[in-house]
Amino acid sequence: MNLHQFLRPAAEVARISGPQDQIVMSSRVRLARNLVQTPFPGWAKKPDRLKVCSRIREAVEALSQMAEGFHASMEEFSALDKQVLVERHLISREHAAKSSGSGLVVSRDEVLSVMINEEDHLRMQALLPGLQLNRAWQAIDAVDTALESALDYAFSPQLGYLTACPTNVGTGIRVSAMLHLPALVLGEQINQIIQAVNKLGLAVRGLYGEGTEALGNVFQISNQMTLGDSEEEIVERLNKVVAQVIEHETDARGLLLEKKPKSVFNHVGRAYGILANAHSVSSKEAINLLSLFRLGIDLGLFADTPRGLTDELFLLVQPAHLQLTARDKLSAEQRDFHRADLVRGRLEAVPRPRPPAAGGAGTLDKPA
Amino acid sequence: MVCKKNEAKVHLTQVLEGTLKKVDLCEECAKAKGVDDPMGFSLADLLMGLGASQELGHGAGAKEAACPACGFTQADFKKTGRLGCPECYQHFSDGLEALLKGMHKGPRHTGKTPHEPRHGAPAGQRIQALQKELDAAIAVENYEEAARLRDEIKSLRAGAAKPDPATP
Repeated sequence: MNLHQFLRPAAEVARISGPQDQIVMSSRVRLARNLVQTPFPGWAKKPDRLKVCSRIREAVEALSQMAEGFHASMEEFSALDKQVLVERHLISREHAAKSSGSGLVVSRDEVLSVMINEEDHLRMQALLPGLQLNRAWQAIDAVDTALESALDYAFSPQLGYLTACPTNVGTGIRVSAMLHLPALVLGEQINQIIQAVNKLGLAVRGLYGEGTEALGNVFQISNQMTLGDSEEEIVERLNKVVAQVIEHETDARGLLLEKKPKSVFNHVGRAYGILANAHSVSSKEAINLLSLFRLGIDLGLFADTPRGLTDELFLLVQPAHLQLTARDKLSAEQRDFHRADLVRGRLEAVPRPRPPAAGGAGTLDKPA
Repeated sequence: MVCKKNEAKVHLTQVLEGTLKKVDLCEECAKAKGVDDPMGFSLADLLMGLGASQELGHGAGAKEAACPACGFTQADFKKTGRLGCPECYQHFSDGLEALLKGMHKGPRHTGKTPHEPRHGAPAGQRIQALQKELDAAIAVENYEEAARLRDEIKSLRAGAAKPDPATP
């Protein structure tokens, strides 16, 4: 089975809902693990990396969670495949740069993904829609516990799980939630929120993690410190902070509708206007406009349009997914044409936005 | 200011993991840190804050000695910001200690341990829960169950007190 037969279509991925998914797009928990007495991937010689990779792959593929899963060595993927995997958040951008000696195993439901020989021997994650940090932790904890009996982890009672980078040592855990925060951005409160979150020792990043910008008003909040607290304490801290950010975003949406309804309708209306009529759109512009379209749906401006449509388009307009929907290899200019055609086509069925009637506003009961 | 002596002339702003960090350096410090030459700026410093690459070298005798297990040296760490193998943590422990202290919540791992039965909560909480069950069992005169609970609490208490070799 090749990757494209394995991966679910974007429309299907976008339809899966989760708790609080109006604001929380996804929850992810990642663990870093390494084998005892074995050089880390960045320092190991190629024969060692190959040996480690096949040994770990065998153990991971044997897991009951990975039954009917997908597995491959990184050199089996084309550059396009790798980019698709990045856009699906199944591998990191770092892992996309790897080739032979590194591998990937993904569970049938695409919730679990194990990168082999990324920065560490094992980087395993559970990715769930909406706010489900506890479930994600339980899922990946179970995978990790099952692997323990097959693999000897590098572990020190004092320092915990030993990782290539000292910033991950201890629990090796990174707990993160992907949040859509358009109202906090429009209301210019986002910097205050980022600073407050940073003060709590948590990091705020863009759509694709470290060093990426917050396209489409999407922000990733995650823990930075991995040593000193238990996994449960870290998950709990994230839960608390995310709950607060959700509250702020909800308040900001209410406030915008109450104080600046014209400004909100203007932003959403213009976004709709361009998405429904443009003949050339870059991926950055498309993602930023889709964010406003999504906000419009949340605020009840598009009465019968499901949010799944924006989430599907959000995935489809990204470069690799877009290329997949085209027959020939596209140039950058052709991509922008093709992207606009795709979005315009899908928006034909979406009626123009209308300010919500009194009492009829999606989640907010205070229309302008 | 790093040396706190001369006037700061080089102002370095970095965005590190989403947080803005500003460092003010005098010309001499900037040269010493390699800030005037972007290529010479240590990745370890960039990743973990200024001084990280020096930190590792403070260990007695660690300056020249490579990790006996994998041959990794302090210079390699300075270049990559990553360690060579799990044994490096032992070999470079003196220098790493200060580095880890600066970047993490505490000096000791308190989370999951391989091959240890998972209780989902710290031992203290588990003991409290068992104690409640024990009280309830005594209340209904289920002494068999009470004895079992008592033994479990006992072994948990012993387990919690034992594996702590680093405590002075």
